[in-house]
Amino acid sequence: MTTREITLKTEPFVLNVGPLHPSTHGVYRMRTTLDGEVVLDIEPVFGYLHRGIEKLMEERTFTGIIPLTDRLDYISPMSNNLAYCLAVEKLCGIKVPERAEYLRVIMAELQRLANHCIAVGSFLNDAGAYFTPFMYTFREREKIVDLFEMVSGQRMTYNYMRIGGVSQDIPEEFLPALAKLLDQLERFVDEYDFLLKENEILIARAKGVGILPKEVAINCGISGPVARASGIRRDLRRDDPYSIYDRFEFDIPVGENGDSYDRYRVRVAEMRQSLRIIRQAMKDIPAGPVKAEVPQVVRPPAGEVYAHIEAPKGELGFYIVSDGSIAPYRCHVRPTSLINLTALRQMVRGWKVADLIVIFGSIDITMGEVDR
Amino acid sequence: MTVILKAKDIIARLSEKFPGCLAEAGTDSVLVEAAAIPAVVQYLREGEGLEFDYLNFITAVDYYQYFEVVYHLTSLKHNHAIFLKTRCYDRENPSVPSVVGIFQGADFQEREIYDLFGIKFEGHPDLRRIFLWEGFPGHPLRKDFNQ
Repeated sequence: MTTREITLKTEPFVLNVGPLHPSTHGVYRMRTTLDGEVVLDIEPVFGYLHRGIEKLMEERTFTGIIPLTDRLDYISPMSNNLAYCLAVEKLCGIKVPERAEYLRVIMAELQRLANHCIAVGSFLNDAGAYFTPFMYTFREREKIVDLFEMVSGQRMTYNYMRIGGVSQDIPEEFLPALAKLLDQLERFVDEYDFLLKENEILIARAKGVGILPKEVAINCGISGPVARASGIRRDLRRDDPYSIYDRFEFDIPVGENGDSYDRYRVRVAEMRQSLRIIRQAMKDIPAGPVKAEVPQVVRPPAGEVYAHIEAPKGELGFYIVSDGSIAPYRCHVRPTSLINLTALRQMVRGWKVADLIVIFGSIDITMGEVDR
Repeated sequence: MTVILKAKDIIARLSEKFPGCLAEAGTDSVLVEAAAIPAVVQYLREGEGLEFDYLNFITAVDYYQYFEVVYHLTSLKHNHAIFLKTRCYDRENPSVPSVVGIFQGADFQEREIYDLFGIKFEGHPDLRRIFLWEGFPGHPLRKDFNQ
């Protein structure tokens, strides 16, 4: 008896993940080619949130641009404000008062904590812990946002920093409230880490998944916690200190394997370092003015400048060309999130669809910054 | 502190290898002949004592008479940085050689410049519009773009 061989004809299958998929953190679309459940290739599709911010910047005064920067990475507006203001100050040669420098550092580090709360929470959400960890991290983020509301009146798009300082001094009750919050956050990070560090499911889903080798990360221009998880010890707060970061003691946590688990671990470790920096800044904050004497309409000299900061997601920079008028001739944002997505294609090939979601979640992007 | 290398020093080092391709454009940016961009970037990446292994960003500026493409490179090992610039004078059909083969991080950024300025990057493996849809009239970041 002869056995008839059955040959199944298979062909790759195209699946659109996004643009309105809960795990895409905004309106990002991955045109995924699948072989069964295995990802063969992805093709990223951008532009659903493109508002032409770089063009809008050319038509506003230098001060009028600050609210636009809030809308780039809307998860961490304080960092965007800071990077932009540093660029204009570098161009004009404005010296920022001491108190303002300390306030900026406190706000930027609180912003990093708030960002990492969301990054870690949504990463675990993507890994299948449906909304339980997200609720806890959001609860802590709310407390940070309460402090931001205290100083700026806003719970998003804070628009707090100004060219030459910050918009207003902190109210009296801010520092006591901050001290209380730091104690709470410290306990929270410890507890959270204790619950998750050796969590079997998290390790199964994230350890060894989506490895980004060091050489690839450097070649792709990856920055921030994603790069540090791959073992690149680069942090602009240390390597190219801006503001007054050279006065504080802190460590730069790095990962070893460059997998999704390491990216998560680096973020948790960074939260501890941020708490450390805020404590030092709180101790030394001097009295005095919070804004330099800057004209109402800033008119920088003709020239060009690039200033960058270590934003929660990586290197955020502003390249500004001025022709001596009240508006920039050209203002380019170095988009951390867009560049960090470059390596995604290599990272997900060969993994399953469920892993694709985890790997993407571990990069932590904001579409407002990708599309601009 | 990241040291921005002076254009003079870089030109002095590279002029032997790339004669006539380099000029000064301000104290800390080097103006490179468009055709020589990939070779210069490759050399900057691998040359002894240079080792610019990290591409911070690429962008473009429209100066009416010409488009200027700006590259910012950093060396993680030596912690120094450099600005490279190149110009294309053709408004109808501007083009610059792509550096994707050297720095993969240039991929999306070159597509963005192609989308918003209309500068073609010769040798880019997948040069399509990135933010706007195919068929969008014009390139919005050009100064003469009519809104």
